[in-house]
Amino acid sequence: MRETYEMGLGARGDEGYEALVAAHEGLDEAQSHALNARIVLLLANRIGDVDELKTILKTARSYA
Amino acid sequence: MPAYSYAPQPFVRPPELDGGTTGAPVAIVGAGPIGLAMAIDLALYGIRSVVLDDNNVVSVGSRAICWAKRTLEIFDRLGVGERMLAKGVTWKVGRLFHGDEEVYSFDLLPEDGHKYPAFINLQQYYVEEYLLDRAREFPDLIDIRFLSKVVDHVAGAEGVMLTVETPEGRYDLAAEWLLACDGAKSATRERMGLDFTGQTFEEQFLIADIEMDDSPFGDHGTAERWFWFDPTFHPGKSALLHEQPDNIYRIDLQLDLGADAKFEATEERVRPRIRAIVGDRPFRLDWLSVYKFRCIKLGRFVHGRVVFVGDSAHVVSPFGARGGNGGIQDVDNLGWKLATVIRGDAPEALIESYHEERSHGSAENILNSSRSTNFMTPKTPIEALFRREALRMAHDQPFARRLINSGRLSLPCSLEGFALQTPGEGLVRPGQPMIDAPVGNGWLLPLLQGKFTLVGFGGIALPDVGVRRVGIGQTGTGYATHDDSAGYALQRYGAGVAYLVRPDGHAAAVFHGEVPEAALKEALARAMGRTCERERA
Repeated sequence: MRETYEMGLGARGDEGYEALVAAHEGLDEAQSHALNARIVLLLANRIGDVDELKTILKTARSYA
Repeated sequence: MPAYSYAPQPFVRPPELDGGTTGAPVAIVGAGPIGLAMAIDLALYGIRSVVLDDNNVVSVGSRAICWAKRTLEIFDRLGVGERMLAKGVTWKVGRLFHGDEEVYSFDLLPEDGHKYPAFINLQQYYVEEYLLDRAREFPDLIDIRFLSKVVDHVAGAEGVMLTVETPEGRYDLAAEWLLACDGAKSATRERMGLDFTGQTFEEQFLIADIEMDDSPFGDHGTAERWFWFDPTFHPGKSALLHEQPDNIYRIDLQLDLGADAKFEATEERVRPRIRAIVGDRPFRLDWLSVYKFRCIKLGRFVHGRVVFVGDSAHVVSPFGARGGNGGIQDVDNLGWKLATVIRGDAPEALIESYHEERSHGSAENILNSSRSTNFMTPKTPIEALFRREALRMAHDQPFARRLINSGRLSLPCSLEGFALQTPGEGLVRPGQPMIDAPVGNGWLLPLLQGKFTLVGFGGIALPDVGVRRVGIGQTGTGYATHDDSAGYALQRYGAGVAYLVRPDGHAAAVFHGEVPEAALKEALARAMGRTCERERA
């Protein structure tokens, strides 16, 4: 089961993607993994809704 | 060498070689699309120019092929738009593939009521040919000199002295202004020692034109822009397909890092690559080239009496078609300003606004094209990982589709917030280019471009302050009015609204309900650079 999501960043999607990639600059693979984990934890907290978080997790997992 | 037949242009002995002078105020270096468009634009404002080019044929190879709607509207004003539209291949749909599966498609002009389409594809040699034909219609205003290489120039506060080398000898040419339209490798720029550094992308791309009777677009039948990430015919890399007139197709292929450009551009290397894309359709190789892309702009476009226009001022990677289109917008921006200054109707400071506005436009183009190029060429495993997962989700996630960047296609930039505009609110905001609409028996934009114009939509009276007045969907007296029977104009601008429009078709000021004469005069003075107040938003 997966949810589909519309663009939530409006016209600034490219800018957001660029920032996400730039955050990893200069890190090795292990450091990038760790950074991704921190980003996920911060975003999960910022979503602030466990049910919605679970839906996102399920959606992401469904592509595995 | 392309199938296009190149007609060598003759060398005509100029008066300077026999002790005479020309007296044209403007010298244009370079007779590519930018130099020729510049000469025509100035001629339309009654300004004489000499165009100098070291070559004697139009563009070798198709090079710039995607011409955007806004550029076509400018070409329309220059008198070549309709010819280009008739010859060019019109398209508006882009399709994006990941592997061999279509991920999504986008329509670049989903609405009706515009004279020009989102894009046409037309080889640069045709663009230059048509511009050259058009320039020849102004024999008293445009003096085009082929096989005339500028080897030196000396610039002063009042003008520029150029040294020109020709098959029949050297001469000096005096001009008030030098416009450097001499391309990415600008000799003018190098002679002045101006810093021109920026981002260079290590990846190389093969650009191939093939001639083929059968359309590779298959059942679609209409020309589109097809872009692949990681197709089976070119694993791990990107590919791009465009259609041009004369059954010529443009294929861009990303090459391996460190690929040998010379080897990659050989026919035995390229043929199998093309074969993999087009299957067993018969084709002929028309033109091959290998590129590295750069994103660079000059710090300043205006250096006293020397002004840089087009690629000499800025280069971008081609994803988004922002090179040639950006250059033509430079021409559009500079032409009326230079003519006004040369006529003595505005201070020389008006030329500074060309630098401000087009440097901003060029920065916007560079930002977009570098993002596209970065997306296409991941530099690290983590970048590749993000891109791969975004592509995987793009097959069914609308948000992810919007993140896939195969080029954000050229749109005109807004000049909002710069010195010439009077701040205001509206459906079209001051600084934005005016939007076309069908009016009367024709189109709106041709009524507004080419000179300062006050245009009113619906019930709003237009006072006479000496600028051209145009009424749309209203009954004005003392000026031409056109009906808005299809309703597009009032839908796009609102009713009871008036705009002061610059000669380049960008809105300079907006008025709601009424047009106070004093406010209009003030906005006009500001748009002509006669006031020095700076109001950055």
